[in-house]
Amino acid sequence: MAAGRISSRPARFRRSTKMQNSRNHRHPNRPESYNFWVGVFCVGVFIVLGLFYFATQKIEYNWRWNRIPIYFVYKDQIEILSEIDGEVTALKKDGDQTLITIKDINLTETYEIPAAGIIRVQQGEIIAAGDILAAYSQWKPGLLIIGLWITLKLSVIATILGVIIGVIGGLTRISSNPALKWATIFYVELIRGSPLMVQILIWYFVLGTVINDLLAASGMGRLPAFWYGVASLACFAGAYVTEIVRAGIQSIHRGQTEAARSLGMSYAQSMLHVILPQALRRILPPLAGQFISLIKDSSLLGIIAIRELTKAAREAVSASLQPFELYLVLGLLYLVLTFTLSMAVQRLEKKMAIQ
Amino acid sequence: MIEVRNINKTFHVPHEVKALVDVSTKIAPGEVVVVCGPSGSGKSTLLRCLNRLEHADSGHILIDGIDVLDPKTNINKLRAEVGMVFQSFNLFPHKTVLDNITLAQRVVRKRSKSDALEKANMLLKKVGIQDKSGAFPDNLSGGQQQRVAIARALAMDPKVMLFDEPTSALDPEMIGEVLDVMKTLATEGMTMVVVTHEMGFAREVADRVIFMDAGAIVEVGTPEHFFVNPTHERTKLFLSQIL
Repeated sequence: MAAGRISSRPARFRRSTKMQNSRNHRHPNRPESYNFWVGVFCVGVFIVLGLFYFATQKIEYNWRWNRIPIYFVYKDQIEILSEIDGEVTALKKDGDQTLITIKDINLTETYEIPAAGIIRVQQGEIIAAGDILAAYSQWKPGLLIIGLWITLKLSVIATILGVIIGVIGGLTRISSNPALKWATIFYVELIRGSPLMVQILIWYFVLGTVINDLLAASGMGRLPAFWYGVASLACFAGAYVTEIVRAGIQSIHRGQTEAARSLGMSYAQSMLHVILPQALRRILPPLAGQFISLIKDSSLLGIIAIRELTKAAREAVSASLQPFELYLVLGLLYLVLTFTLSMAVQRLEKKMAIQ
Repeated sequence: MIEVRNINKTFHVPHEVKALVDVSTKIAPGEVVVVCGPSGSGKSTLLRCLNRLEHADSGHILIDGIDVLDPKTNINKLRAEVGMVFQSFNLFPHKTVLDNITLAQRVVRKRSKSDALEKANMLLKKVGIQDKSGAFPDNLSGGQQQRVAIARALAMDPKVMLFDEPTSALDPEMIGEVLDVMKTLATEGMTMVVVTHEMGFAREVADRVIFMDAGAIVEVGTPEHFFVNPTHERTKLFLSQIL
């Protein structure tokens, strides 16, 4: 347990365009062979990728990258069908829409056609039920985008809850009240000592069943699986954040508390105004690491039928039989998410740094 | 103003040390008392007991008639009346000089922003660093930081000021500027308890010098008495070592 120790970000992440422009100027001691080994790295990457591609050719895998974009967005053809037999009695413009009225012997129906629709019938035409009145196409998000959105939603909500749990936990963990302190230790050890997969199953199939049955018994609706997924991730991350917050608070010099208290501030005031703001700056890097883990861990939630990114990709694979492309894209999408988060935290860190 | 009666304090961690043994003294309003003694003699502990940063094990401490050790005493209210200046300054590094001085005024004294700022600027002028009001503590010299810390404590309008070795962490050339501020305070009639090794300050400013050793008060007297003809052997030895 890295109690009290807060790792600082590795130097390799600190970059700026300015530094890149003056690389040689910044690294006067770089040996001649430096560029050679950079070349070796690039060639190495190229060879590994080449070998992989060669191997897939060998097993006659049919790469069809052109079939992948439809899992992001696709054009959906929508046809509006008549539900009755009858005569088209009116085609009326109503703002952007067109209203088509169809009259049978004893009933009349009106269909709204959006502006983009191409109308296939004329006034006075006799049509049968099931005939196409109009058709239009519409861009729709594909499976991967739907999954990505759910993963994002899950992660953001669980992160916010995780921070709340973690800050409260960090404070109760260092409390002098044994009930609070021991409860926190118990919680942290319980969560850290069991696999997340098991916790997800317990949240959904044990707690979820109990809670949903109780809700049903009191006449309320069932809570969807999504929320049990959020709860399991938030509680899991919360335990780790608790330890991070505790270490952060304890890393602030005792003199800070003493100075604040000697001015007459209460424990809560000195925490709020003096200790936590400093601790938060210090724990940002490990906190970011924790939330990157959370995004990745959300891929387990497919087992409780939450259609997050991984589950969506698996559905796409079973529909398309293109596991190579889809799973590689899946990995890349997670990379985009986690990399964006770590960049955002770095910016935040720079902004919050004490001058 | 301050009355200390038979207080005892024992530290148990890392090993048992009797930091204060049956210490009693009285400090009158407007008095400047310098507490000196070898390291580990309990002088800082005594000072920290006065505003309950350390909780004395037994005895009584009265400040302005309020019992410091009584659990029913509102300690935050009492501490607001007792300013403290630390050896390592303990400024809030995430706040500017101005914010350092206004924070407690606002959250403890509940002063308006403009009142707090006015007070802060007035005090910064007094300690001679009004041009640094927007700076962060880490960009100030040690002497400047300590003067900000004094201003921060004074902003609460304390009745007593406690100084815990305020110049020990300073480079020699910065000691003077901090002592000057303290001298000004003394001449203005502030009640002060100062733990320090600055014997020049004690000789010049103190009304009384308390010499402590091994957790007990060994000798108390005016600076003339203390420096010219100390009675105890232990005092003589100490003075011969540091003067």
